[in-house]
Amino acid sequence: MFRQSTLKTVLIAFTLFFAAYVSLPTMLGPDRMKAITGMLPSFLVPKGAIKLGLDLRGGVHVMLETDKAGLARDLVRQLQEDVRRVLRTERVAPTGGIVAQNRGVSFRVADAAARTRIMPKIQELSVPVSNAVLGNTGQRSLEVVDLGDGLIQLVITDAELNERIRRAVDQSIEIFRRRIDPEGVKEPSIQRQGLDRIVVQVPGAQNSKEITDVLQPGKLEFRMVAEPGANPAEIETLPYTDEGGGTIQVERRVLVRGEDLTSAEPTFDQRTGEPVVSFRFNVKGAQAFAKVTTENVGKPFAIILDNKVISAPRIISPITQGQGQISGRFTVERANALSILLRSGALPASFTLVEERTVGAGLGADSIDAAILASIVSLVAISIFTLATYGVFGVIALVALAVNFLLLVALMALIGSTLTLPGIAGIVLTLAIAVDSNVLIYERIREEQAAGRSAISSLDSGFTRALATILDANITGFLAHAILYFVGTGAVKGFAVTTCLGLGTTIFTAFTLTRMMVAAWYRWFKPKSVPI
Amino acid sequence: MKLLRLVPDNTRFGFMRFRSVTFPLSALLSIVSVVTFLWLGMNVGIDFKGGTVVELQARADRANIAQIREEASKLGLGEVEIQEFGSPRDVILRVGLQEGGDAAQAQVVIKLRTAFEATHEFRRVEVVGPRVSQELVQNGTIGVLLAIMVILIYLWFRYEWQFAVGAVIATMHDLVLTIGFYAVTQIQFDQTSIAAILTIIGYSLNDTVVVYDRVRELLRKYKKIGLHELLDLSMNSTLSRTIITSITAILALIALAVFGGDTIRGFCLAMLFGIVVGTYSSIFVAAPILIYLGVRVGEGVGVAAGNADKAVNSGATK
Repeated sequence: MFRQSTLKTVLIAFTLFFAAYVSLPTMLGPDRMKAITGMLPSFLVPKGAIKLGLDLRGGVHVMLETDKAGLARDLVRQLQEDVRRVLRTERVAPTGGIVAQNRGVSFRVADAAARTRIMPKIQELSVPVSNAVLGNTGQRSLEVVDLGDGLIQLVITDAELNERIRRAVDQSIEIFRRRIDPEGVKEPSIQRQGLDRIVVQVPGAQNSKEITDVLQPGKLEFRMVAEPGANPAEIETLPYTDEGGGTIQVERRVLVRGEDLTSAEPTFDQRTGEPVVSFRFNVKGAQAFAKVTTENVGKPFAIILDNKVISAPRIISPITQGQGQISGRFTVERANALSILLRSGALPASFTLVEERTVGAGLGADSIDAAILASIVSLVAISIFTLATYGVFGVIALVALAVNFLLLVALMALIGSTLTLPGIAGIVLTLAIAVDSNVLIYERIREEQAAGRSAISSLDSGFTRALATILDANITGFLAHAILYFVGTGAVKGFAVTTCLGLGTTIFTAFTLTRMMVAAWYRWFKPKSVPI
Repeated sequence: MKLLRLVPDNTRFGFMRFRSVTFPLSALLSIVSVVTFLWLGMNVGIDFKGGTVVELQARADRANIAQIREEASKLGLGEVEIQEFGSPRDVILRVGLQEGGDAAQAQVVIKLRTAFEATHEFRRVEVVGPRVSQELVQNGTIGVLLAIMVILIYLWFRYEWQFAVGAVIATMHDLVLTIGFYAVTQIQFDQTSIAAILTIIGYSLNDTVVVYDRVRELLRKYKKIGLHELLDLSMNSTLSRTIITSITAILALIALAVFGGDTIRGFCLAMLFGIVVGTYSSIFVAAPILIYLGVRVGEGVGVAAGNADKAVNSGATK
């Protein structure tokens, strides 16, 4: 053990250096990091610090769940329409109409000839279910069942329903992102959880109402931009998100609402070829819009989504057909984004809040203070105890402990993990148990020496025998926490990650650094016996 | 410098002798745990039963409990449990699950905010709906059982079956006693408690594995000594390590429990209890049970285990 290869030493040194480098942003904090950033070329500046969990920095965590039954109802209604259309084109009248069921529709066509005629068309309603990730899933959207006696049933498959839920959740995530963080400064985390849930975390938010508000359907409005000298009581100032931002004054009177919009698509202007957004109103919206645009040619109107003006185009000519286009020096991306915005103005599904955890900034700060104090006290206690028990070998144990901590911080920063209050408890406990690997080695050395071996021989066999035990013990611990990671949620997951990483770094330091330090100590002092 | 020596060298303590005391004691404690659990139940937090918890801090010097109680009763939320904690300004309100599912549940906080926002700071708000809480119960239970199973399989591969069974019995012992601890102390049982339980299981197994490693080693080394004596020898030679490691963990946890704040105190206390019990069970349950499981001297040495150790030996001496 005492002839450590140079390569190994260099590798260990490199690991430590790299760990220290990666931990810099976490250890220094954002302010001091900025000072360094100025001095180094940008590719040399380490990025990514450990993030503080909401329980430490304060903020709102909510979990929302899609109304699956509602989505299924929408699908059934749509299916009913489709079947009605097919039957009408084929001039077949079902006996007793088209009956909506929980997960599909059924209808009866007594006439066998008519049935044979329509069946291929009905079969065509069932399309392959495709998935954004997997592409074609090989499953179809409908199951067509002939129940006999002229009764035909169409059942929406699980694949189709799940795919619709998935899409609704994806769209809603986009809508939530836009609404929760219009200025792009809050660093919210909005993620799908499972099939039908969304977890929204907003650091620094104090009241979940900010988030539950976006559960309301999207509000799209068309109003006129206020003219100079307009009555102040009739106008209001709204943020303007197009073309450089700022604010814009608009009339309070709403001309047409989002409910009356039937579509919005990115297209190209036929004359100029520039990207535009084409939209279409229903009859009611078209009439209202025709009236307004006829009266206001040349004036700008405002398209307002959730109380923000997303575009303020000028009315070039009266729009009487219920369709028109929004131009405004858009790029293709912008036109696309805008049309998505217009289309997704209303949430595709309704959501219910199923879990909320809000921590006020005050409590968060108190928790950090308490956690830091507790960590320092426990580390000091562990240090004193270790030094008293093992003397010079205690120093080696503490160096190994410090390195363990450094590696843990580096790994957590690398994988971008979040530090929670139970996570801190986990770190402290991990460090306490990391000392165990040194204890195992030292006790073994002590035993070997008591059994009459020489210093070098007891050091050697002490390490060799203890390491097998350390591996066994840490692997069992690792298994327990790996499972905790898979079944746990939120703060508990963080705790499991920390502990698993800690067990890994413990094994690493025990096998490399501790051994290296003990070997160096032996070469230096050449002792007759080991003072353990 | 004189070093601290907690366990004198050449300690020869007859641990196995005590099994006639410790087995009944463990059985008794397990029964007490189960009975208390069935009789008192646990103080289950909203993670597992659903409901709303808010932590308020009065903007005035002192929270007026009577007034809070009166206003809360007017909100029509059913019974609102009001509890002082920490400083006289701090109050916790607990509201049970509402009739009418998640939507009604979400209204609770809005009503509470309307009533108390002006006079109190909302330090913490937690709402868990009925379905989420059910899932958390399910996941927690599955997690603990799965962890025990996976570890059992690992130990079975690594040692002989007697050791795996012994470790699982010791682990179940710790699990039952920890649940008893939650029932007796009425410390709130929530998601972090599952983390605590799994950590306890991890620690206890770690301890058991260290002891078993030594038992196996000595079984291989001494073919002539009786099992009883051999187990005692194993316990004594690992005793110093067992105690030093436990003390280290206990020191860390005491500091966390005292200074770490209310949120993690319950978590730390449970873990303290678990580490004491886990250490006890490794020595007084896991080891003596091997006598009954039929480990025999000269036999308990699997070929695979022997090879594995040789591999470590040769790897380490290169």
